[in-house]
Amino acid sequence: MFYIQMTTDQLLFAYTNMLRAREFDNALINLYRQSKIVGGVYSQIGNEATSVGTSMALGDGDIIFPMHRDNGAHFVRGMTAQEMAINFLFRKGAMTRGTDGTGHFADPKRGIYGNVSHLGAMVPVAAGVALAQKMKKTKNVVINYIGDGGSSVGEVHEGLMMASVMNLPFILIIENNQYAYSTPVAHQTHNPKYSDRAIGYGIPGVTVDGTDLEAVFAATSTAVERARVGNGPTLIESVTMRMRGHAEHDGGEYVPKEQIIEWQKKDPVLKTRALLLKNKIKEQEIVLLETQIKQEIDAAVAYANQLPPPDPSEARRGVFI
Amino acid sequence: MGRDESVFCIGEDIGAFGGAFKATKGLLDQFGADRVIDTPIAESGIIGAAIGASLQGFRPVAEMQFSDFIVNGFNQVVTVAATTAYRWGIGVPIVIRLPSGAGLSGGPFHSKNPEVWFAHQPGLKVVCPATPADAKGLLIAAIRDPNPVMYFEHKKLYRSLKAEVPDGEYVVELGKARIAREGSDATIITYGGTVPMAVQVAEEIAAEGHGSVEVIDLRSLVPLDHEAIFTSIRKTNRALILHEDNITAGFGAEISALITEQAFESLDAPITRVAAFDAPVPFAPNLEAEVLPSKAELKEAVLGLLRY
Repeated sequence: MFYIQMTTDQLLFAYTNMLRAREFDNALINLYRQSKIVGGVYSQIGNEATSVGTSMALGDGDIIFPMHRDNGAHFVRGMTAQEMAINFLFRKGAMTRGTDGTGHFADPKRGIYGNVSHLGAMVPVAAGVALAQKMKKTKNVVINYIGDGGSSVGEVHEGLMMASVMNLPFILIIENNQYAYSTPVAHQTHNPKYSDRAIGYGIPGVTVDGTDLEAVFAATSTAVERARVGNGPTLIESVTMRMRGHAEHDGGEYVPKEQIIEWQKKDPVLKTRALLLKNKIKEQEIVLLETQIKQEIDAAVAYANQLPPPDPSEARRGVFI
Repeated sequence: MGRDESVFCIGEDIGAFGGAFKATKGLLDQFGADRVIDTPIAESGIIGAAIGASLQGFRPVAEMQFSDFIVNGFNQVVTVAATTAYRWGIGVPIVIRLPSGAGLSGGPFHSKNPEVWFAHQPGLKVVCPATPADAKGLLIAAIRDPNPVMYFEHKKLYRSLKAEVPDGEYVVELGKARIAREGSDATIITYGGTVPMAVQVAEEIAAEGHGSVEVIDLRSLVPLDHEAIFTSIRKTNRALILHEDNITAGFGAEISALITEQAFESLDAPITRVAAFDAPVPFAPNLEAEVLPSKAELKEAVLGLLRY
């Protein structure tokens, strides 16, 4: 696989959005610990290079179906910290109007469609969006994200089969973060190399270090280019580690401590920071950026948190349009 | 499809073969393989693809080869299609065509009437045409509707009914029941495959001088024409609900509850239900006939209602 060296601007853009994702998680985790948030907090800590690196390979008209650990992709596609906070805290003004939580909202203008909790269900739907691109000859590409856990669901097979047999502009990112809730990969599959599944569909399958921003970006760029010229889908397995529990209620005691320590060394945010330094970005400039992003996120979450809840009338607004 | 380029068909064997029941016969030649899409045997894949395309401005018509197979795409229907408008404020204008029903020795897996599963799930429209004209008019209305529509076509009607269909653009609004036969002494409320049986029984009872029975063809379960039901009950004061689906928690239970809540004062007799025995539809013709509601059973029930 070829390797793309990202430009300094690209690296800075990536790092900014990885920080946003990390700080947003930290802010939500803090609220959770204070019992000031409804529902679960599903952090993406450890996954920032994947969500940011993949989505940066896309252009304006392209479309993503992120899963619940891909906030970096939302930021890359232009969602502001304030919009994210309003959505995640489902205050008045949230895109789901309070009818649904976490990252389940859709923002079609930015090419973002949310997921349902049954993540496997989104693969056929995302394939359908890719089918629409092919029918309309738009050249736009669809990226659908799923985890090692979700990819065991039968609908994933049906979606990949449809996408491959119809040669659709579709990319499935399997974020292999080692655990499906508490179940390790060893108990989920007899072949832990998820990209091998591509062989069954006659499409390219690649495995990439999901903590390596440039590697993720390169693999996705190749897949996007392939899809854009009409050569069909790609399956990308991005190997990462879910550094926290399934959600914040889950202490993750079933994960061996050594495994966490090993992956801490590969923290994608720190790795990308080191890449910036290597690219002659000054430490001082990086620290300033980090301070700014933390302030931006904290201010956005604080702002959203004081907004009123959704109007009660939203509950009975009706199920049809 | 001729009028609106966003409409396309997707399903198993719907292209060159024209569909298991020939409902799409000729469409491939007329509209090409881009708009009449044959797929692998993958109901979730088909429905998901339809949902996805609908989010991008298309109006897909997906075909289940038999309504029984909808179970393989159930998640797409109830989890994705049915909830999207409520959650996102974005419509999912898909039609899922479902050849349904028994009476053809299809056995347990080619005979189901699964409409009530979808009537129970908020966010889906459920349509059950009973005449050739309605099959056209309701289908066009379903395709133009901005919401997901489960469109049940009773397989027995495909072959047993022949009638003129209005030419040109013919739309029958969803949610408006039809009085299939006027009457004054009792009302049979039914839909889909059992409408012809209800009309026949009503005619026989009239011919034999036992009474005047009204037959309401609901046309759609969601939206449900409450007023048509109550208006008829206020006139006839006797209600019988007939469906081919099995009885327990069938749609008859919902109609019965509605009448009890809102038209109880008008009733001169207990509400009666005639429906299939609670079992998978068996294969052998004589066993199948035992399980399904029969004309004799219906007639006896109506006569009992009239005598009450």
